Amino acid sequence: MAAPLSVEVEFGGGAELLFDGVKKHQVTLPGQEEPWDIRNLLVWIKKNLLKERPELFIQGDSVRPGILVLINDADWELLGELDYQLQDQDSILFISTLHGG
Amino acid sequence: MCQVGEDYAEPASEEPPPRQPGREQKCVKCKEGLPVVVIRAGDAFCRDCFKAFYIHKFRAVLGKNRLIFPGEKVLLAWSGGPSSSSMVWQVLEGLSRESAKRLRFVPGIVCIDEGAACGLSPEARAKALAEMKLILQTVGFPWHVVALEEVFDLPPSVLRCFAQEPVGTEGAYKAAVDSFLQQQHVLGAEGAGDSPSLAQGEEQLSWPCTQDPQNPQSPDRPPTAAQTEALSRLFDSVKTLTAKEELLQALRTHLILHVARTHGYSKVMTGDSCTRLAIKLMTSLALGRGAFLAWDTGFSDERHGDVVVVRPMREHTLKEVAFYNHLFAVPSVFTPALDTKAPEKASIHRLMEAFMLRLQDQFPSTVSTVYRTSEKLVKAPRDGCAAGPPGPRCLLCMCALDIDTAGAALLSQGGPPSPRHRAAVLRLPCEHEGLALPGPPAALHLGRGPAPQPELLPQGLHRAADPGVPG
Repeated sequence: MAAPLSVEVEFGGGAELLFDGVKKHQVTLPGQEEPWDIRNLLVWIKKNLLKERPELFIQGDSVRPGILVLINDADWELLGELDYQLQDQDSILFISTLHGG
Repeated sequence: MCQVGEDYAEPASEEPPPRQPGREQKCVKCKEGLPVVVIRAGDAFCRDCFKAFYIHKFRAVLGKNRLIFPGEKVLLAWSGGPSSSSMVWQVLEGLSRESAKRLRFVPGIVCIDEGAACGLSPEARAKALAEMKLILQTVGFPWHVVALEEVFDLPPSVLRCFAQEPVGTEGAYKAAVDSFLQQQHVLGAEGAGDSPSLAQGEEQLSWPCTQDPQNPQSPDRPPTAAQTEALSRLFDSVKTLTAKEELLQALRTHLILHVARTHGYSKVMTGDSCTRLAIKLMTSLALGRGAFLAWDTGFSDERHGDVVVVRPMREHTLKEVAFYNHLFAVPSVFTPALDTKAPEKASIHRLMEAFMLRLQDQFPSTVSTVYRTSEKLVKAPRDGCAAGPPGPRCLLCMCALDIDTAGAALLSQGGPPSPRHRAAVLRLPCEHEGLALPGPPAALHLGRGPAPQPELLPQGLHRAADPGVPG
């Protein structure tokens, strides 16, 4: 049984367009049976935060290729990607690299 | 070791799969820092080593190619996006270092407002422009903001390839650097407060005053509604997103070059990253531009003759750029582009991007492999301006046309194009205003998708009755 968590979810690089233009979201994840990991967080985001065009953000059970995920300013590849267990007060940042520079 | 039946969903297990670098690893470079980012396949860097690696790559690309001479005026093409913002920031930092390692050219920034082509409302455009100006003022280089509508006012001279200045030899570059250093030394010895590195990190006094960055000859006036309308109609008349993107690219390039020529810049730096160039290489192949890959994706692009386009960010992947910008607070402005929120199959560019990125996800050396291939491309000897009499050039991309010489005589007499020719020829009578060019008649590549309607092209380019291109 996982306790409720408070995390900050942030979007950048154009990804915020899919979330009504809002970059920072302070969210409280409700307590649930399974522990909160990135995989479950994505499902939660798709259901509760994503306003349009889910296929531009999520692909399968992961993010679309081209979207970087930073957990507390570190590459998620170093932390287990989808299997990383969320802690209270974590900061998850999604940066889209799908636009030119 | 990884076991076949291991259940990764166990809450107690904190160990990441062994094949991926874990947080308990150390930075591969300094062996002691906590890693924050994974570059390439499995190299974990800590924050400081990553910064050093990133900056070193930028300087190395510039230093390796030795094309930018000291004191040269270089125009930085800034779109507000992450790659070009990173490039501008690297130039800013590079110019303010201690004298031995300092970058030695004189920068300016150009920013093209493409809002009309992307269908942005005037308020959205104004808002984006305000954000951009804020950053431009912080950076402090002379800047030029140009609306894409001004492409309608371009003189026909933009379509001419100017005589190429002879590229300096290795000795010439070294001599130039040495004499520049000597000058600086002499100036420093004479005092007069001309020290290269001022305490506040201000720019050198040898730059033009940046109090009024806008060119006094073309005051900052917003484009007229009629021009915006004309541009919108032009882009609306192009039916496919692929063709729109190519048209936008061509118009943007012409405009940037015009700004460079007008203000005396001999080089233009664009922020194309490794990822973008790999995608561009594949897209160009799909679009039939295989002959020009070396110019489209190489470090330097001299097709325009007097102004050379260089790509110093070509060894940085988009992931590195995004991480650097986030970790070190590089400001950038996001503006919606033509293909924002477009579905995957909307254009060849989008499709290729999705293909490459998806492949990259599973095979992390995809982008770098494509990039290495692009490095091996060699420019064909018949380069246009450099060797022999200049051949006809495409109006939109300024590359030399690949028509065979046997039929060239026929074309210059205004004869009909035969099915052998791979380019469409549009006959322009010399009394036609605007795009009248001396010499052989102007010719246009027929790319995929229908061309824009004749009355809507800039300065009224008329189509010949029979394009005569097979397929």
